Amino acid sequence: MPSAVSGQSLDSKTLLLKTAVGEGGGQLQWLRMLPTVWGPGGSVISGLCCRDCFKAFYIHKFRAMLGKNRLIFPGEKVLLAWSGGPSSSSMVRQVLEGLSQDSAKRLRFVPGVIFIDEGAACGRSPEERAKTLAEVKPILQAIGFPWHVVALEEVFSLPPSVLRCSSQEPAAPDGAYKAAVDNFLQQQHVLGAGGGPGLAHGEEPLPQPRAQSAWDLQSLVRPPAAAQTEALSHLFCSVRTLTAKEELLQTLRVHLILHVARAHGYSKVMTGDSCTRLAIKLMTNLALGRGAFLAWDTGFSDERHGDVVVVRPMREHTLKEVAFYNRLFSVPSVFTPAVDTKAPEKASIHRLMEAFILRLQIQFPSTVSTVYRTSEKLAKAPRDGPAAGTCGPRCLLCMCTLDVDTADSATAFGVQTASHLSQIQSPTPLTETGTPQGLCCSPGGASRREDPQACIAEQLCYGCRVNMKDLPSLEPLPPYILAEAQLRTQRAWVLAELRDCLIEDSEDEVGQS
Amino acid sequence: MPAPPCTSCHAARAALRRPRSGQALCGACFCTAFEAEVLHTVLTGRLLPPGAVVAVGASGGKDSTVLAHVLRELVPRLGISLQLVAVDEGIGGYRDAALAAVRRQAARWELPLTVVAYEDLFGGWTMDAVARSTAGSGRSRSCCTFCGVLRRRALEEGARRVGATHIVTGHNADDMAETVLMNFLRGDAGRLARGGGLGSPGEGGALPRCRPLQFASQKEVVLYAHFRRLDYFSEECVYAPEAFRGHARDLLKRLEAARPSAVLDLVHSAERLALAASARPPRPGACSRCGALASRALCQACALLDGLNRGRPRLAIGKGRRGLDEEATPGTPRDPAQTPTPKAVPTF
Repeated sequence: MPSAVSGQSLDSKTLLLKTAVGEGGGQLQWLRMLPTVWGPGGSVISGLCCRDCFKAFYIHKFRAMLGKNRLIFPGEKVLLAWSGGPSSSSMVRQVLEGLSQDSAKRLRFVPGVIFIDEGAACGRSPEERAKTLAEVKPILQAIGFPWHVVALEEVFSLPPSVLRCSSQEPAAPDGAYKAAVDNFLQQQHVLGAGGGPGLAHGEEPLPQPRAQSAWDLQSLVRPPAAAQTEALSHLFCSVRTLTAKEELLQTLRVHLILHVARAHGYSKVMTGDSCTRLAIKLMTNLALGRGAFLAWDTGFSDERHGDVVVVRPMREHTLKEVAFYNRLFSVPSVFTPAVDTKAPEKASIHRLMEAFILRLQIQFPSTVSTVYRTSEKLAKAPRDGPAAGTCGPRCLLCMCTLDVDTADSATAFGVQTASHLSQIQSPTPLTETGTPQGLCCSPGGASRREDPQACIAEQLCYGCRVNMKDLPSLEPLPPYILAEAQLRTQRAWVLAELRDCLIEDSEDEVGQS
Repeated sequence: MPAPPCTSCHAARAALRRPRSGQALCGACFCTAFEAEVLHTVLTGRLLPPGAVVAVGASGGKDSTVLAHVLRELVPRLGISLQLVAVDEGIGGYRDAALAAVRRQAARWELPLTVVAYEDLFGGWTMDAVARSTAGSGRSRSCCTFCGVLRRRALEEGARRVGATHIVTGHNADDMAETVLMNFLRGDAGRLARGGGLGSPGEGGALPRCRPLQFASQKEVVLYAHFRRLDYFSEECVYAPEAFRGHARDLLKRLEAARPSAVLDLVHSAERLALAASARPPRPGACSRCGALASRALCQACALLDGLNRGRPRLAIGKGRRGLDEEATPGTPRDPAQTPTPKAVPTF
């Protein structure tokens, strides 16, 4: 949840720079726009533009982003991840408006909304959480889509299958999208011609947004069990640094949304990350050691989970534009405090980076757009190595292909000697370090049990490993994570035992320790 | 409370904690560990084969001093020979003092020293003259752009003069981290694609370059210099406050305070950046004027000098930069009010 964006106040002076009587006798309102606004047809608009043109540009950007990527097929169920903040509220409004337009340009998917109550992680009292929920519900009901309000405590009842990547569907061939759209339009046409008052409610291919009594019942908010709330706040209190807390929160949130999406048959999830947020996220992830996964973390589509694809349609809208739009067109949003609300700037990497980028943006106004443009040039493949899609082992938490190889990598040495020496306090003569030994747990049961932290660390990517260091003990973690880790360790051990007997494909196995 | 014993030799009293791991070590063990790590970097990367004549870019500062010292210690293990090459950019009040330090070092270590000066190599242009030429329009002067490009050319020239086969520079992990941050902030996809590795293998006739101190953090370099009582020059260049790198450096300092392993994490990220094929730079050819490695008709050094000589110092800087052969197309919008984004100091 973003804190107030600095340097971008919305006082009325900014909104109404000049009021003039136009030729038709009407009044003109002028708005200040950023230099990096794109107009229809990709032309760059820099300078001033009026309210209606601004709305047109804004909507166009949203549609163009969805349209040119052609990922969302007609009739597909899409879950909108709404945090209550301005960007996701704006996104929900765009979807709402997009579904209600005339048939030629109408958005063609079936949306649902999910709101996650993270109050326990932020240390809020039940009264405060109830108050927020009371604000949230009317907005959700006004939106009209099927909605789900889920408490973060539900991570304690997630199954380990959440962490398994379902088989990736092969990318649809180019013609498939157009064919699907044509097919859909034909269907609509046929139904529209033969339809009329006789059409039963359930037979319409696109259910009307209002019909969702079944969903309502399912998403009735039950206050979560006190034991779970206690467990969650214990987990978050045990994390030593704010950086690790934020990362853990994001991970759990993603898993929860994934689970809900799978349970209700959603194949896409839309998040409302804006351009500014994604630029900050990119730089933050760079500093967290996630350079290998930037394309997935900040690109338009993130298909690492296999069957559910995360999509970011707001990625070309800057926060300033979002703020203007929400103000001008009264988009409702709910402020919910996050783990880092009111935290000092130095508290976490995320805060530092946010403050840095926003400050730099003042001096060099093209910073955010430059970082965004660079992020578009990132490719979803390991730098030198087998192409993306080959199944190397995946990180337990973030489900990206592991990016830590053993000896040759540059940083492996530095990291391994540090952790190796801190774990084993014996007088290891440093001058003899050759190829560093990996922190592998030998298949013997005894040493495995002694060092569960090392075993889990083996299954994580570099970034997640560094975060785990801030977690002194693994016990508060939700059971699904521990169960899956245990399963993977056992599987690896079994594979190691049977290695001599198994006929393997070829020598190009990557990343096997 | 008495200091804990060194965790390595268990004999001496610990004198420091390693910044990265918090491990307590005595001075001697730390220096040994540091040297072992540099050796490991060189060996696993196969950076300096036996028999190489290695030109060390010596500026008199802490990084190159430590580099030269460590390499000198490792000469018997590696089987290489060392040459010191110092570059005189002609920055008054700064470079002369630094060069004095280099001369003292060369005398103490008994290593041959060659000094190359911009004035001689580049037709009389010293950095002070460049700064005067680019000043005055109220925009930033991009001195560091000129200095960086020309220095690498000068280093190459100096290395050739002494018959070197490899060039080493003292860039440390903090420099690498700052570079990747900077390249992202300025959208330099080409450099992002090229960088992050272990130096350049030397394509197209350029000498191979590497950075043995690449994984040593700045604090450790300073600690090493302290414990080995090395004499170096520690002032900042007079033009440094104007550089964009200052922003990245400031950010890095704060990141390190929030998370001590931030530098290493950034280096890890930089190693694994994958850019789309279209963003990678084209295979370089040769400069039409001086024959050096270039990705356009003119290498950057020649292009910059051209701009200086023609009285248009910003000719080769910024987007749409042109060399001698390429004239500006009429009607190309040249917006003088645009905030200039100085190009990243070219690396490796």
